[in-house]
Amino acid sequence: MFAYYLELALHSLKRNKVLTALMVIAIAVGIGASMTTLTVLHQLSGDPLPNKSTQLYYPQLDPTSRNNTSPETQLTYIDAMNLWRAHKADRQTIVVSASIKVFGPQAGAQPMGLSTVATTADFFPMFDVPIDHGSSWVPADDDSKARVAVISKTLNDKLFGGANSIGKSIRLQKWDFRIVGVLGAWHPAPRFYDLYGRGAFAGGDDVFIPFATSRDLADLGIQGNGMDCWNQLTDQIHLENQPCLWLQFWVQLDTVAKADAYRSYLVHYSQEQKALGRYHEDRLLTALPDLMQWLDLNHVVPADVRLQAWVSFGFLFVCLLNTVGLLLAKFLRRAPEVSVRRALGASQRAVFAQFLVEAGLVGIAGGIVGLLLALLGLWAVRHTPADYAALSHLDLRMLLTTFVLAIVASLLAGLLPAWRACQVAPALQLKSN
Amino acid sequence: MQLRPILSSLRRHKLAAGLVILEIAVACAILCNAVFLIRDRLARMHVQTGVAENELVWVKTDGIDSDSAAPLVERNLLALRGLAGVKAVAVTQTLPLSNSSMNFNPTMDASGTKQGPNIAMFIGSPGYLQTLGVTLQDGRDFNDADFGGMNSWMPQSPSIIVTRALAERLWPGQKAVGQAFWIDKSRFNVIGVVDHLVRGELRGKASEYVAMFAARPSPMLSSLYALRVDPPARDRVVREATQLLVKLNSQMLISDKGTYAEMRADYFKQDTAMAWLLATVCVALLVVTALGIVGLTSFWVAQRRRQIGIRRAIGASRGDILRYFQTENFLIVTLGIVLGMLLAFALNLLLMTHYELPRLPLYYLPIGALALWLLGQLAVLGPALRAAAVPPVVATRSV
Repeated sequence: MFAYYLELALHSLKRNKVLTALMVIAIAVGIGASMTTLTVLHQLSGDPLPNKSTQLYYPQLDPTSRNNTSPETQLTYIDAMNLWRAHKADRQTIVVSASIKVFGPQAGAQPMGLSTVATTADFFPMFDVPIDHGSSWVPADDDSKARVAVISKTLNDKLFGGANSIGKSIRLQKWDFRIVGVLGAWHPAPRFYDLYGRGAFAGGDDVFIPFATSRDLADLGIQGNGMDCWNQLTDQIHLENQPCLWLQFWVQLDTVAKADAYRSYLVHYSQEQKALGRYHEDRLLTALPDLMQWLDLNHVVPADVRLQAWVSFGFLFVCLLNTVGLLLAKFLRRAPEVSVRRALGASQRAVFAQFLVEAGLVGIAGGIVGLLLALLGLWAVRHTPADYAALSHLDLRMLLTTFVLAIVASLLAGLLPAWRACQVAPALQLKSN
Repeated sequence: MQLRPILSSLRRHKLAAGLVILEIAVACAILCNAVFLIRDRLARMHVQTGVAENELVWVKTDGIDSDSAAPLVERNLLALRGLAGVKAVAVTQTLPLSNSSMNFNPTMDASGTKQGPNIAMFIGSPGYLQTLGVTLQDGRDFNDADFGGMNSWMPQSPSIIVTRALAERLWPGQKAVGQAFWIDKSRFNVIGVVDHLVRGELRGKASEYVAMFAARPSPMLSSLYALRVDPPARDRVVREATQLLVKLNSQMLISDKGTYAEMRADYFKQDTAMAWLLATVCVALLVVTALGIVGLTSFWVAQRRRQIGIRRAIGASRGDILRYFQTENFLIVTLGIVLGMLLAFALNLLLMTHYELPRLPLYYLPIGALALWLLGQLAVLGPALRAAAVPPVVATRSV
C-alpha cells in the first residue's frame, strides 16, 4: 500500500508544481534557519571534556569584605597556594594566562605575542592534554621554579617545522625557557580551564610554563585578564600579598564522596582563615561547581546565540503554519477524489495514511533543501567575525537532527489537513458532483 | 460592499481562515519584537564617542619597559609626527570602545567618607586632546606644566579634565571647573570640561563617566600610539607608522593596529551581526506570510469559480468580485493583527525577563498593523484579479 500511496502523492505533488515548490521552500527556509542557529548553540554549549567533566570541580571562596551573596569567582594568591599545597583532591592545579612577547630560536626574528598559560604539573593529566613529544614538567619543576615550557603543536610547527624540539629553547621576553614537551592537537572549546584570560572561544594557547616560575619572573606579568582587587594596591607586579582575586583553581575529585568531603574541607578552610583574621564576613560563602555548572555560571554561551535560536524557531513555526494552511486547502480541494476512494471501499485510515505520505514527502524534500540552506547558513556564520565562528560545522548528530526535525515537522503539519480530508462524507460530495 | 456573504463564507472555512489568522498573528508578534530589537541595537551603535573618528588611527605595542622609556617614546612620537599626513601624535593608555578600561571610584571629600561613582581613567601624553579630537566646552586644555610622572598606575599631576556627563553627575547645577575629587588622599582639580568622551566599553548612563589625566610617557604609558591624520591617508599612515616603530625599536611587538573606524566596527560586530540576522528573518517572515496568503486565496478562487461565475451572470461587476476578495483579506488580516498585538506584548514581556530590553513602545502597533494590511492587500491582488477575470459563462457550465 505504501508504494501506491507514494505514487499517488508524487502524482498529486506534480500536478500542482508551484504550490508544491511553495510548501517545500517554506519548510526548507524554516528548517535551514533553525538548524543553523541550533548547530551554533549546540556547539557552544557542548561539553569540552565529555569523559571527565563530572570529576572536575572549581572551588570558590569569599575572602573579600564586600557583603557578597555568592562566593568570588577567582582566588587570591594566598588561598590558591594554600589549597594547592593542601593536596586534598586527587589532582589540583592553578591556572592564569596572559599574552607574552615570545622570540623564536632564529636570531633577529620578529617577536610574537603568544597566549601563555602559567599552571602546575597536574594541568596536563587532569585535562587529558595530548602530548606528542617529550612530556609535561614534573611537580619537582614546580617546586624548583624551573624555566621549562610546553608548547602547542601549532607553535612547534611554526618555529621548528613540526620536528621534535625537546631540549631547544624559546625566549619569553628576556628569559630563556627549555622546551620539555610538545602538545598534540588540542583545541578544547570553550577554553573552559581559563575563562578569565582571553575569550572562552578564542583560539588555543601556545606556551605553558610552571606557575611558580611565572611568579619568580613576576615582570613577565602573567596576571590574567580579569584581576579584581577589593582594596588599593601597593604593588602592581608582585601580587602575592595584594588584596586581589586573579587565579583560577581546578581540582579533580574522582567520586561524589570525595567531592562532598572537599566541600566540607572548603568550609573548614574558610573558618580557619577567619580564625587567623584573614576572612571577615559573618557568613562565609563557599561553593564547588563542577565543570558544566561552572560554564553555566559564567554564561559561556552568549545570550545573543540563544536569542537567535528562539527567533529562528519562531520563524519555523510560522513556516509550518503556512504549510498546514496550504496542505489543508489542497487536501480539501480533493474532496471529490477522496469520496470516490471512500465509496470504492477505502477506510478512513487508508485515506489518512495516503495524505500523511504526501505531507511526509514534502517534509523530506524540505529537509534536503533545508540542509543545504543550513550548510550555507553555517558557512555564513563562519565568515562572521565572532570568536566562535570557526566552530560552526555540521556534525553527524546535527545532520540527523535536521532530517528528523524536517520530517516530524512536516508530518505534524500534515496531521490536521489529513484528518480533515479523511472526514469527508462520501455521499454528500458524490451527490453534489 | 456587503460583509454578510463574506462572513458566512469565512464561517464555512473556519479552519483554513483560522490558520491564516494565526500565521499572521505569530508573524506580527515576531516582526514587532524583531524590529524593536534591531532598533535597540542600532541605537547602541549610534553612540557618539567624542573623538575625531574619521581622522584617528592607532598602533598598539607591548610598550617599553625600561628606565629609558620616556626618551624612547618621545623619540618615537617625534618620528611618527614626521610622517606625511600626520597632524598630531600622542601615547594614551586607552581609547573609547577599545574594550579596555581602567576604572576607579574617587572620594568626594578629603577625609574619604563620601564615595563617588565608578569613573574611567584616560591618561595621555602632551597634546592628546588635539590628537583625539575631543572638544573643550569649558575651562582650559592641559598646559606643559600639567604633565607629570606616574606613580605606578597613578598620574602625579593634580590637573584633570572631565566630561560634561561626569560633571553633571558629580556637581549637578554647579560649575565643574575648580571642583575636585580625591583618589586615596591625592587631590585632583578639574581644569576643564569636554563635550563627549566614551570609555572603553558602553555602560548605559555611565558610558561617559570619564576623567582625563595628564602624564609624560613612562613604562606605564608607552604602549598605545594614537595619530590624528588626514582622512585619505589613514591606511597608509597605519602601515608606515607600524614599519617605522618596528624599525626604530628592534624588539617591539606590534600587538594590534588599525583605523579608529575599524576599532569601532569591531566593538559593535556582535550587534551588527544580530541586526542583520533579525532583518533577514523579518524579510523572510514577510515573504513566507505573503506567499501563504497568495497560495490560500488562489485555492479559494479556484474553488469558487462557479459561484463567481453565477455572481457575474446575475450582475456583479468585476470590481465587485475584486473587492470581495480584498475585503475578505482585510478582515482576516485585521483579526490576525488583533491577536498578533496581544502576542507581541506577551513576547516582549518574555524577552524583558531574559534580556535587558525596555517595554515595546505603543507606536509600534499602528505601524506593524499598517505594514501587514499592505502586505495582505499586495498578496491578495494577484488571485483576486484572477477571480475578477472569471467570465459569467462559467455559471452555465457543469464541472
